Amino acid sequence: MEALLTSTFLTALLYGVVTAGLPLLLAGLGEQISEKAGVLNIGIEGMMLAGAYAGFAVALGAHSLWLGFMAGALAGAAVASLMALFCIRYGMNQIVIGIALTLGAEGLTALLHHFQFARTRPSLGKAPDFSIPLLSDIPVLGSALFTHNPVVYLGVALVPALAWLFKHSAVGLNLQAAGDKPGALDASGVSVTMTRTGAVLATGAFAGLGGAYMSEVGAGLFVPFMTGGAGFIGIVLAMLARGRPLWVLYGALLFGVSLALTTALQIGGFNIPTDVVQMLPFFMVMLVLVIFARHSVLPPALGLPYVRGER
Amino acid sequence: MSEASTPAISLKGVTKRFPGVVANDAITLDFFSGEIHALLGENGAGKSTLIGLLAGMQQPDEGSFELFGRPARILSPRDSLDRGIGTVFQHVLLVPSLSVLENLMLGGSWWRPLGREGALRTFGELAAMLGVTIDPDAPVGRLELGQQQQVEIIRALWRDAKVLILDEPTSMLTPQGVEDLGRVMRRLKEGGVAVIFITHKLREAYAFGDRISVLRLGRLVGAVPPERLERMSELEVTDEVIRLMFGQDKSYGDMAETLLGRGHRGRLNPVNRSGRPLLELVDVSTAAEMGECALKSLSLALWPGEVVGIAGVDGNGQKHLAEVLAGQRPVASGRMLIEEVDVTTEGVGARRRRGLSYITDERLGEGTVSSMSVATNLVLKEVGRPPLWRSGVTLWERIHESAREQIVRHDIRTPSERTPLGRLSGGNIQKVLLARELGEAMRIAVFNKPTYGLDLQNTNLARQRIRESAARGMATLVISTELDELFELADRIAVMFQGRLVGIVENSGEDEERIGRMMTGAAA
Amino acid sequence: MSAEGLPAAVLRVGLPILLAFAAGALILLALGKNPLDYYAFVFRRGLLSWAGLQETITRSAPLLLIAAGLIVAFRAGIWNLGVDGQFLLAAVVCAAVAPWLIGFLPRWLTLVSSLIVAALVGASWSLVPALLKARYGVNEIITTLMMSFLGISLANVLIKAAFWDPATTVPQTRTLPVASRLPRLFDTTIHFGIVIAVVAILFVHFVMTRTAFGLKLRIVGANPHAAVHAGLPMAPLTFATFALSAALIGMGGAIEILGVHGTVRADWNPAYGLLVIPLVFLARFNGLGSIVFVLFFAALQIGGESAARRLDVPHYYVLLLVSLVLLFLAIVEYLDQQSSRRRVAA
Repeated sequence: MEALLTSTFLTALLYGVVTAGLPLLLAGLGEQISEKAGVLNIGIEGMMLAGAYAGFAVALGAHSLWLGFMAGALAGAAVASLMALFCIRYGMNQIVIGIALTLGAEGLTALLHHFQFARTRPSLGKAPDFSIPLLSDIPVLGSALFTHNPVVYLGVALVPALAWLFKHSAVGLNLQAAGDKPGALDASGVSVTMTRTGAVLATGAFAGLGGAYMSEVGAGLFVPFMTGGAGFIGIVLAMLARGRPLWVLYGALLFGVSLALTTALQIGGFNIPTDVVQMLPFFMVMLVLVIFARHSVLPPALGLPYVRGER
Repeated sequence: MSEASTPAISLKGVTKRFPGVVANDAITLDFFSGEIHALLGENGAGKSTLIGLLAGMQQPDEGSFELFGRPARILSPRDSLDRGIGTVFQHVLLVPSLSVLENLMLGGSWWRPLGREGALRTFGELAAMLGVTIDPDAPVGRLELGQQQQVEIIRALWRDAKVLILDEPTSMLTPQGVEDLGRVMRRLKEGGVAVIFITHKLREAYAFGDRISVLRLGRLVGAVPPERLERMSELEVTDEVIRLMFGQDKSYGDMAETLLGRGHRGRLNPVNRSGRPLLELVDVSTAAEMGECALKSLSLALWPGEVVGIAGVDGNGQKHLAEVLAGQRPVASGRMLIEEVDVTTEGVGARRRRGLSYITDERLGEGTVSSMSVATNLVLKEVGRPPLWRSGVTLWERIHESAREQIVRHDIRTPSERTPLGRLSGGNIQKVLLARELGEAMRIAVFNKPTYGLDLQNTNLARQRIRESAARGMATLVISTELDELFELADRIAVMFQGRLVGIVENSGEDEERIGRMMTGAAA
Repeated sequence: MSAEGLPAAVLRVGLPILLAFAAGALILLALGKNPLDYYAFVFRRGLLSWAGLQETITRSAPLLLIAAGLIVAFRAGIWNLGVDGQFLLAAVVCAAVAPWLIGFLPRWLTLVSSLIVAALVGASWSLVPALLKARYGVNEIITTLMMSFLGISLANVLIKAAFWDPATTVPQTRTLPVASRLPRLFDTTIHFGIVIAVVAILFVHFVMTRTAFGLKLRIVGANPHAAVHAGLPMAPLTFATFALSAALIGMGGAIEILGVHGTVRADWNPAYGLLVIPLVFLARFNGLGSIVFVLFFAALQIGGESAARRLDVPHYYVLLLVSLVLLFLAIVEYLDQQSSRRRVAA
């Protein structure tokens, strides 16, 4: 047990928390934008996976992590554009289309992986970290929290940015109106379709970036189904956070801790089944729900297509 | 009135079709600046469609618009706003979770930060011009409906509207509120705005309009220009409008009465209230929920054969009252008795078996399942009970057979008993509801806004059914926001304000002012 | 049920499938594979060969039970997305219970009680979402997803911590001997589970279309406000829906164990949930239609798995195909709505 308390272990663990939590943070923040606007984006798992594949493939081919990240975000947004087309434009059931997109992204990326990478199994080297001056010199915490890929800082910076956007910008008002009373937004001369489409595309880009981070930084390679439900956890984080970005961050950290602990325990050769650790965050979320369950405050128009003139 | 200038808006042969109906049929009409133009017509006459076209919600199939003499197409709500047309819709279209100011700032340029200071200034100016006082930072969901409407008017004027459209704006106001609205409209008119005032009440059209145009069945059937209107008395206008609407056909007498809100008033049946009441509420309170008005120790009794009207502005607890009576909503305290039996804890089914029925105002929202057949909707409250079910197994043959019979008996116009209910017109949906709720065994009926959204013919039909059931000895409660309706139907009129009964008066048909005062909370 | 004729229904579903196969063919071409060879192989293997057909039918059994469970929930407007957790947990408990019961009970009693235990386990795993939904209106999509992840992990914990067969090095439960599993039908490799599954889905179809209970669930699903208005007991119906749905799914897990595997290994998760949901949608929550789609999908899966070995096209291709079918179905449905609107308006 002593090994648990060494500073190197702690540093590694905290570092792992951030690495594991970031994709969840991005997915959760992205999903939050969609949900605010009244779209339940079940396809986010597929968007992450598309981002993970595209990010890795481009980073590998172009020898540029940054191009990879951009490709990941674009791929996520591309899948999201189908969601927008079918669910917002055509008013189709958001759950069916979301599942279809997830299945499609799973199938397509697994196929592409099979034909491109399965034999040679290429991988990217360890992604370079960027140390924040001064902060990274803090013992233990410095190299755990302030020595990361810049995407991590971007992701964390998005939390206050979104909080500001939701509260103090026209975009934020539009999103909230689109989810609460789309007819009111329409009457104000703002297109509900465009607002929701923008929200869904942003979700796709966030999720895609999160996926790209998983493959490019987290794993250094692409494996079929590698997102392993991260998108679904993102959905849950967004629903629990009820429109508050900071809560998504808390939730992502909670799940990040459990994922990092799982890895750390495996490496450390401890005899606690990792599944128990994996269960913990889900268990805690359920516990929170059971104890604090009230009427969930979700946007009233969540999941419903908007047809002008129908109420 | 206005110099014979170019109209603010001209409609040139505008036609709009929907599946099965021509909602607007080649309408040619001018609206002038500095004039209140009353657009009069019954429900279903095509007024709302016309508004939808002007507001950019829909595009006409034929015909065109001219704005200040120039041809224009209105392709979207944005387009409509940009061209200086502000619209206040019949149903509140504000985001309840946002503040007044935030609602008004909706639709601003998205790349610019929210200009709170500027918005506050504009808000102040408009509020002063309209003579209203509203807290700009209050969440809209907390405002009364009348105030919400004022916010909507401010929003409609937000971008220098030259045309203001008000769709049935009086439906949620007290008589006093209607006066206030009239004042606001006149101020706007003096400011040079073209005000389009939509109503289905002839009296309001006469009281506020400088010009009256009459729509019927999608067509413009006539107009009274300001030169003539000025010189006419209310009675003359009434005759003229009735002639425009119904021609020489005298058989429309009932409908004309309904249009005028002048059915014979003050029913005053000799109701015997010496016996025990059929229905009784004793000190009933309900738990408040977000955005709803709860009941606060409300007591009420109904005797057989009497019709009690519940007057009040929408949103003063009527919904809770109806739901408590129906058994859809638990009480927080108090008791409910049917024939002196405590039924407080009984549900919908049990009370229904005691003969209580509830005809909801949300016909599609909760009254029916629009994707299911007419037959299923006719038995919606009997699911699982014999003789249409045998030990839980559905006897579809019997259900369809009995549905066919009811369709004939109640003159429900439907292609078949298997047609999804949502395909029926509003009047026929109401017939399905009435058929289901006013069966032989029923003894108490609770009507919530029974004629809401119905055309004249169906309005009369529904009122006829209410009179019939009262004549049969049923105890009947009619909740309505239309005072005229209550004057026509009720023996007694009770007034609700903020979840309480402010008072209850015998219906003599002449207490409009007193009841109007009570609707604002003043004691009887 | 529906007003449209059978030909229209076949066209409405057949067209998207054809389009999906065509689009899939383009992808295969792009990957350097001959789509005709691939499709021919898949169908020959999955449907037209006797061995393949038997495998297809065997594979259909758990899928049909999941479909039955989903129809119950979806008809009532409850989005039970927790299939995998309910399925797996029931399978693991069943795999633990059956080898133990067979020690002192006759075969048929072992099988029946294991099935019942699995159904109960599945149902119990939906209890918390049901409670939260009925009492507090908490969205069941979150709760069932959470319970699903929780259930998948718990299944593994159970195998490793409680049910680990001491005779094996890899963590797995004790194995039910082949002779004690569900009986085979006649001379085939198909086990009796398919009968249970077909009966279950026919039963669900009957309940949904011909009973008061089914009609009540459909009213709740179509318009919950109308259900309250009509005085339907919402909380009991919610519990009943969750329990029935998850019990059927749990039975699906059980027959996969009792009929095919006899044991559960740690980290085994066929993840049928996301696959069956689209099939149920394609069938528009109709039980009879679901049978056809499940068989069709199982054939694709069996054929696809075989093609992965023979033609070097991974069986993930089937996922893509299902996704394409759904998307094309959405397009066809949209175009159909548009044209019918135009027809009425004209």
